[in-house]
Amino acid sequence: MHKHDLIPYLLLLGDSALVQGQRLCEWCGRAPALEEELALMNVGLDLVGQARNWLEYAAELLADGRDADALAFRRDERAYRNLLLVEQPNGDFAVTMTKQFLYDAWHLAMLQGLVGSADERIAGIAGKALKEVTYHLRRSSEWVQRLGGGTEESRQRMLAAIPALWRFTVELTAGSDNEAQLAQAGIAADPASVGAAWRQQVCEVFSAVDLPLPKAASHFYLDGRKGLHTEHLGLLLAEMQCLPRAYPDATW
Amino acid sequence: MSVWTLYEVFVRSKHGLNHKHVGSVHAADAAMAIENARELYTRRSEGVSLWVVPSALITASSPDDKDPLFAPADDKVYRHASFYELPDEVGHM
Repeated sequence: MHKHDLIPYLLLLGDSALVQGQRLCEWCGRAPALEEELALMNVGLDLVGQARNWLEYAAELLADGRDADALAFRRDERAYRNLLLVEQPNGDFAVTMTKQFLYDAWHLAMLQGLVGSADERIAGIAGKALKEVTYHLRRSSEWVQRLGGGTEESRQRMLAAIPALWRFTVELTAGSDNEAQLAQAGIAADPASVGAAWRQQVCEVFSAVDLPLPKAASHFYLDGRKGLHTEHLGLLLAEMQCLPRAYPDATW
Repeated sequence: MSVWTLYEVFVRSKHGLNHKHVGSVHAADAAMAIENARELYTRRSEGVSLWVVPSALITASSPDDKDPLFAPADDKVYRHASFYELPDEVGHM
């Protein structure tokens, strides 16, 4: 097992957190209530902070002169390794919260597997993130249930949001060969266990308010782990990266 | 948003004995009120325990009753234990 094999895995964790954080921050100034806006920004900033930790480690292993900022702000979409789910547009609040919940359930299972990683650096980052993500999942689970079991309109919106996002969940229940090998070496979370924990969590939350659980999603031609993204990531990165790209050495 | 309930928020700080009122939040239900209160009032290690109470459930004294309720206490200085001389060995109380 070479340290270099870790890089795609660190990018999967870091890029997913970064893109999800960026999407959440798009709600800034637009959230339905001041309290909710603060909560969304807090979760978003937690994730950006976690992304920094993963990308710093990835940058050290890459050892090509790039730092975490360079990885975040000067990589093109094909070099991003985030989950397809998190790059999807926010849509309405039901889509935003369903996306958050599906991601949180995966994220928590991943981190629970990573706190015992044989790689101490990974175990440390995961341990710190685990507390934050436990809270993220609690919040998004409650929102899914609140909307799913709320008014007729909120339920209709949940019933529309789930199938719209569901095909991207195929990435949450299966890992790459590289991940399976890392898991065998005790470094990565076991993708099969993560997938099972994810499905159980989703099933529990959905069934509590009688939201139908779709059958397992199947693979299609895109794959975030290979840098094959939907068209939405490019636009997200364009907005996120325009300032550092236009003024590469800007400081404030 | 207009149908959300207003909750009053009480925080117990790390070394505090009792919960103190810190402000209010809007929320759709009590669980959300706890979370919103957490976001607004405890992000900088201000507390270890939160209470939320629907504002409508608090019965408050009326400002008009200020005199009958509180003014009579002002001229009864003997109710304050300020006339006792403390022996030196007691120190600060």
